[in-house]
Formats: sequence, structure tokens, C-alpha cells
Amino acid sequence: MRAGDVIGSAIRNTFRSKLRTTLTVIAIVIGAFTLTVTSAIGAGVSRYIDDQLGMVGAPNALVVTAAADDGSAGDGPREYDPERSLAGGVNGSPIDIAGMTQADFDAIAGVAGVERVQPISMLAVDYIEAAGSDRFEIAVDPASEAMRFDLAAGSHVADGAERELLLPLPYVEALGFADAADAVGEQVVLGATDAVGTQHEVTAVVSGVAQESLLEPGAESNQALTDALVDVSLTGRTGAAAPAYYAAVAYAAPDVSDEQLQAIKDELVRVGFQGQTVGDQIGMFRAVIDGIVNVLNAFAIIALIAAGFGIVNTLLMSVKERTREIGLMKAMGMGSGRVFGLFTSEAVVIGLLGSAIGAGLAILAGTLVSGALADTLFADLPGLQIMRFELVPVATVMLVVMGIAFLAGTLPARSAARQHPIDALRYE
Amino acid sequence: MPQPVLDARSIHKSYGRGESRFDALRGVSLEAHAGESLAIVGKSGSGKSTLMHILALLDAPDSGALRIRGTDAGELRRSEVQRLRNEEFGFVFQQFFLTPDATVLENVMLPLVIAGLGRRERVERAMAALRSLELDDKAGNRATDLSGGQKQRAVIARALVNEPSVIFADEPTGNLDSATGLIVEDILFGLVRERGITLVVVTHDDDLAARCDRRVHLRDGLVVAADARTDALEAVLA
Repeated sequence: MRAGDVIGSAIRNTFRSKLRTTLTVIAIVIGAFTLTVTSAIGAGVSRYIDDQLGMVGAPNALVVTAAADDGSAGDGPREYDPERSLAGGVNGSPIDIAGMTQADFDAIAGVAGVERVQPISMLAVDYIEAAGSDRFEIAVDPASEAMRFDLAAGSHVADGAERELLLPLPYVEALGFADAADAVGEQVVLGATDAVGTQHEVTAVVSGVAQESLLEPGAESNQALTDALVDVSLTGRTGAAAPAYYAAVAYAAPDVSDEQLQAIKDELVRVGFQGQTVGDQIGMFRAVIDGIVNVLNAFAIIALIAAGFGIVNTLLMSVKERTREIGLMKAMGMGSGRVFGLFTSEAVVIGLLGSAIGAGLAILAGTLVSGALADTLFADLPGLQIMRFELVPVATVMLVVMGIAFLAGTLPARSAARQHPIDALRYE
Repeated sequence: MPQPVLDARSIHKSYGRGESRFDALRGVSLEAHAGESLAIVGKSGSGKSTLMHILALLDAPDSGALRIRGTDAGELRRSEVQRLRNEEFGFVFQQFFLTPDATVLENVMLPLVIAGLGRRERVERAMAALRSLELDDKAGNRATDLSGGQKQRAVIARALVNEPSVIFADEPTGNLDSATGLIVEDILFGLVRERGITLVVVTHDDDLAARCDRRVHLRDGLVVAADARTDALEAVLA
């Protein structure tokens, strides 16, 4: 018997008992649907995270903060340490976060592999306003190479004499600009309070507008603007006050390897800091999402295994019904291998049918749902298409389903192949 | 004298063990020559079906030798046995064994599909076989839509389609009324004679047995009477 005839005959036999085939196929459709959707979610989220990683540059930049747990064992409350605390806060506000001093920066710079250290100062900005707009609260961070946000318009802040600001997208409309491109090049006013409570205004030019993303970009200032804001906060301060720093960016060599980067991180931990690249920060999202997707996949596989037993059941009935036919074919010289092939092909046909329908439904439903979600629930995360159907994962799902179907089919196929022609022909 | 197509020597076959042991065949010898029709006659339980299964290579004897055109069947590999059954043998069963929801053409083509023939050739040959049984107008019908006589004619077409050298018929008219049975018998004997096919009929129908060239009577697994070759057959074989 030719392979083509085996397959053709398997397809015909599959449709002999339509109700039975339909019920078995439905079970597989459910499993294949679930598996396709979960793998699409995995792909969609992974792609989004990759895009986010792609837009933030400088894999050699580590954001270094004081270690959360300063070497002490246990998870209990941390003991008060006047050295670590930003006593009195900045501008008299009662904030209390671990600050960093020049000694810390020296320690970080001393770590092997760190080429330079950029302190990140606290910039206390009260409000932002544009010509004729209301005032809005805003958080401004000094720009660093560790984070390169995706731009909606304009360019990143440049180091120069002019004070420049990278504006997050939501401020564009609030400040009365028509769109992101309209805001670029415009002047905004930042209000900041000095140490004695007097409010000062600092002007800056919008260099660009940052796209919204997973990392929730804040406003970024260039060095000129940073200096101006620090000057304001120091005005009127008595004593040897220094600007408050809460973190630093440590730069390794641009061609640093993963191993070297890990060595730097380990060394930072040893001296009492923790260093993370942007990839590490986003990687945590990924780990959580991968975990969820894997759990969902496991459920889908369980559903498919249950459906596999449906195939076993269906084909065992079919073998029983067709005992005489099998006996006749064997009497006419059909080999056991071909009989085995005939029944496993039927199982694979059922698997193909179920997986094709399941994957098709998943793509249809997923595309609709994903499109709807992108405009509603995930409207704040542009570029996030929660389900992404790609050829390779969908084909893999179909192959996995057909593989399970094949395995399920081997049991009935073996019982068919083992039948003796005489016994089969005598069977009533 | 030409080589017999089937040559069985002291075939033994038993089923079961110990107390329940049943000796179906206790040393049966017979031969069948090309172009002759041979009836294996006996009551139920005489071992005639077992003998047919062994002759048709559907079962293996416990002891004894079976030669098919001089080849020792016991020494054939399984694939060779399958090829032999597919190409040299045709089967006609009492219960037809037609696949109910397949067409008549598909049923008749089955041996050729198993042989791995191309679509075009197998359709041509199946249609030729159906024509010789005047069933070509029913080729597209479902097997279940045929009358009893038509079903058995379809079965004969299926047995002939691979141009076998031996046809084994197990009670070929057992499921038919006597008038239809006679017609089917006429067709079967006619085609077999025309094509020089050896026919082995297993039956307890004396009338059918009487139409065969030779009869072998079995009782309790032994040959109790075997007709000598008729003069007419000797003339044919000479």
C-alpha cells in the first residue's frame, strides 16, 4: 500500500463516524486553542520586553544603589544609621531614603571593571508649566546613558550650555501642546524651592518627548539644567551642605561581557551596593511573565493529554468495529506495519484537524481580543500587542498536538496490527 | 505431469492444550493443479475451514509441508507470504466482507491498493473485473445498496481483480437463495475455467461440490474419500 493511499484512507475513515470524530476533535481543539493562545501571549509579551530593552541603551551601565539589606542577616526592620539617611530630607521635606556620599562613589569607582561613576542627584522640582498652561507636578531625573527612552518626537537631551528637558508624553497635552512634535523646541518653566522656602523659576527647552513604556519614563534633564536645579536647592543652605545623591551610574567598558558584568555586580554587593542594568530590571518582569505563561502552558498540555485519551478511546472503538475489515486486508496481504500506519495516521489526522481548528480559532479570537485590548486596557503601553501569533510557535503547537495524537494512536494501532486475519474474519 | 499449484503433505494442526486440545487436522495430504476446481467437503468441525486457511497461508500447520508451485511455504518470509497472498490468491467469503460505506469500485480495488498500484491502473483493472461480472454500472454505488447476489458478484470481482492463480471460496453461496446461488456458481465456474484459475471451494453443499472437478471429503481431520482425477480433466491437463 502506498503512503498516499494510507493517508487518503485514514482521512476517509476519520469521517466515517462523524459524530465520534467531531467529539474527539472538539477535545483537541480546546487544548490546541489554549496552547496557541498561551504561547502567543508569551511571544507578545517577550517581544514587547525585547523592544523595551532595545530602546534602552548602554548595556554596560549599572544603576548602583545602596544595598537594600546592608549585609545584615534576616528580613527584619533595618537599624537606624545616621550615615545612610538623608537626614531632614531635601528642602525640608520629611523624606527618608538611603543617600549616597562621595565616599560611596569612590568605593564604587574602586570596583574592578568600573570605568567611571556618574552620581545621580535628587532634583526637587515643584511644578512645570508652559506658556499659558496650568502648573503640574513633575519628577525630573538627570539624564544618564543607563536609560534611553523611546522617543515620540525630538531628540534626547544634549550636553551643552542650553538647559534642556526630555518631556514624558502625558505632559504634552497637559501643557497645551498640540502634539509631541509641537512641544519640541518650546520653552517650559520649572519651579523649585530653595532651602529657605523661596520658590525660584528655571527655564528649559524641550529637546524631545519620551514615548510611554513599561519603565514609565520621567522627565530627564541635561547637565546644564541639573546644575541649575541643584543651585536652586542649595540656595540659602547653611553649613557644608552638599547636593543629595540617591544613586549612581557605574559604567563598565562598552564591550563588557556578561561574565565581567556579573563580576562587577558581585563586587558591588561585597562592598555594600547593588548594581542593576536596565536589562536586569526588565528581566524581572520577564521572569514573572514567563512563569505565568509556563503554568498556562502546563494546563493546556494537561488538557491535551486528556484529549489524547479521547483519541485512544475513539480509535479502539474504530478498531473493534473494523475488525473484519482489518482481517480482510491482512488476508489480502497487507502487512502489520501498514495496518499500524493506517490507524496511527488516523490519529494524526484527528490531531491535525483538532490543532488546525484550535489554532485557527485562537488566531481569530486572539487577534480580535489583542486589538481590542491594545486600544483599551493596554492603551498606556503603546507597542504592546498582548498576543502575537507567529508561524514557528503556531506550527510547533500543531506538531506537538499531532505528536500527542500519534502517541495516543499507537495503542489502538498496535492492537489492530496484532490481529490475526483468521480470528478477525471469524469475528462476529 | 505438471507441478501442482498447491501440494500439501500430511498437514497436522491442533488448537488448545491438554484437556481442551482439539486436533483439527490429523495428517491431510492433497494437491491441486492449475485450472482445476477442487471441493473440500465435510461437516462442520471436520477441519475443512482450517485446511483452507492453511492452504491459503492464513495459518501455519503444526507439522507437514505445503508447497506452492514447488516452493516450500514454511521457508517463506512473512513479507513473501503477504506478497503471495496478495498477488496469487483471491478470496471469496460467505459473509462477503465488503466495506459497507465504501463504493463497489473501492471494495473491488482493495487488493490492488494493498499491492500499491497507481490510481489509474487500479481503477482500470477494477472496472475490467466489474465488467466481466456485469457490475460496472454499480461501480459508484455503496456496497450496502447491492442485493445479495450483486454483493457476491462484487466479491468475486474483488477476488479476480489481481489476476490470481488460486481462488479460495468458503461457502460462496451459503448466504444466497438457491436461484441466485446457481447464477453466482455459474459465473464463478465460468470465469475460473476461462482464465485457468485453480478454484478451492470449501462447502457442505453437495450440489456445489458436484460441480467441481474433484472432491476431497474430510471427517474429524482426516481425508476419508478423494475422487480420482476425471478423464476429462486429465485431457485438459495433458
